[in-house]
Amino acid sequence: MIVIIDYGMGNTGSVKNALEFLGADVLVSNNRDDVKMSSHLILPGVGSFGDGISNLKESGLANILEEEVLRGRKPFLGICLGMQLLADEGDEGGVNKGLGWIHGRTVKIRAGINKLPHIGWNNIKVKSDNKILDNIASNVFYFVHSYYLQPDAEKCVLATSEYGEEFPVVVNKDNIWGVQFHPEKSQKSGLQFLKNFLKQR
Amino acid sequence: MLKTRVIPCLTIKDLRLVKSVNFSEHRNIGSYISAVRVFNSRDVDEMIFLDLDARKDGIKKWLLEEISKECFMPLTLGGGVKSLDDINLLLRIGADKVSINTSAIETPDIISEGAKKFGSQCVVSSIDARLIGGKYKVFSAGGKSETSWSAVDWAKEVEQRGAGEIFLTSIDKEGLMEGYDLELVKSVSDAVNIPVIACGGAGKLDDFILAIKIGRASAVAAASIFQYTQMTPRNIKEYLVENGIEARL
Repeated sequence: MIVIIDYGMGNTGSVKNALEFLGADVLVSNNRDDVKMSSHLILPGVGSFGDGISNLKESGLANILEEEVLRGRKPFLGICLGMQLLADEGDEGGVNKGLGWIHGRTVKIRAGINKLPHIGWNNIKVKSDNKILDNIASNVFYFVHSYYLQPDAEKCVLATSEYGEEFPVVVNKDNIWGVQFHPEKSQKSGLQFLKNFLKQR
Repeated sequence: MLKTRVIPCLTIKDLRLVKSVNFSEHRNIGSYISAVRVFNSRDVDEMIFLDLDARKDGIKKWLLEEISKECFMPLTLGGGVKSLDDINLLLRIGADKVSINTSAIETPDIISEGAKKFGSQCVVSSIDARLIGGKYKVFSAGGKSETSWSAVDWAKEVEQRGAGEIFLTSIDKEGLMEGYDLELVKSVSDAVNIPVIACGGAGKLDDFILAIKIGRASAVAAASIFQYTQMTPRNIKEYLVENGIEARL
């Protein structure tokens, strides 16, 4: 069973729809037992870093997730804000501490003359092969964000994209993946990405 | 490179897909769910879906759920969004972005608070404007009430309050298929640093090029052209690419 973490930040509906389309058994939940029972965990999220992390911490979900993901080694996917929260710290809405699972910082895109947020379809450039990127036919994905996670370790970066500057869009460390684009909204390529995540054990 | 988006806009009234001219004479053009399925199968960049009855009748959760279950593309939902709870409801149903129009005019704080709570990226400020005495004025309540705002001032105001995108419709051009209001689009696009989606008036391929190159729109939305002609979003994007504009094919 896949559990999509419900922490009041999100487009949980569209992530659930996409996974159900792939035939997965999915639950949107903030319940401790559900999180423990899950095979895979997804932290979606649109919203601001400050609100996201405080919701996770105040609800006690941050501790349960830490238990399941860091110690239990369950496959974990953070999408958009869910990826940004993996950082040690984030700059959005004042400086806030993140989960710190992937060392680095969540910073604003230096977009130059381009408008922010970065909204729309953009190419990704694969930097390092990973099972999560297998069989993806088109490298164009849907983005909607103004911030991104910059990991300290370059080896954590699997793919980047470019909008004013080049920034990481797929990151990985052990059983933890983070993705800045919205696979649930990126049609075929996005569904393939989610399918690849479901294959992780 | 970021691609220029081509976005079908669907409007619903009395649970039917409708198409209007200058925001009136709503004509029933069929089933919304089949339109949604067609656009999903055509792999469109994004879709905007507005329930025109929701302001008076309330948001119909089942209707929006039915739509979002068919959409694996980015989806903006709107109509009758009056509170942070409404924004939250739409995001939970499956919206990626929520379009807010009349209630922002009445209570601009919904934009600031919505952006703070849910992030700017999901707050779309929908602006309907028409030319009155040589000035572009903002109208609310589905084009029925003239406000004191000029289009440019209101666009700057919502940007400053944290809106992530502006969905700009020309009431004068809407449904006529004679081209976008380029002056309106350009004046708003130049005034703000957030993306502007141009809507209202697209009838032929060159209209899209003009909205992007002259109007400086970040994305182009249309409705009539997809209902009354054989044109598909893909035809438009192929034409954009032929004209040196990046699009997703």
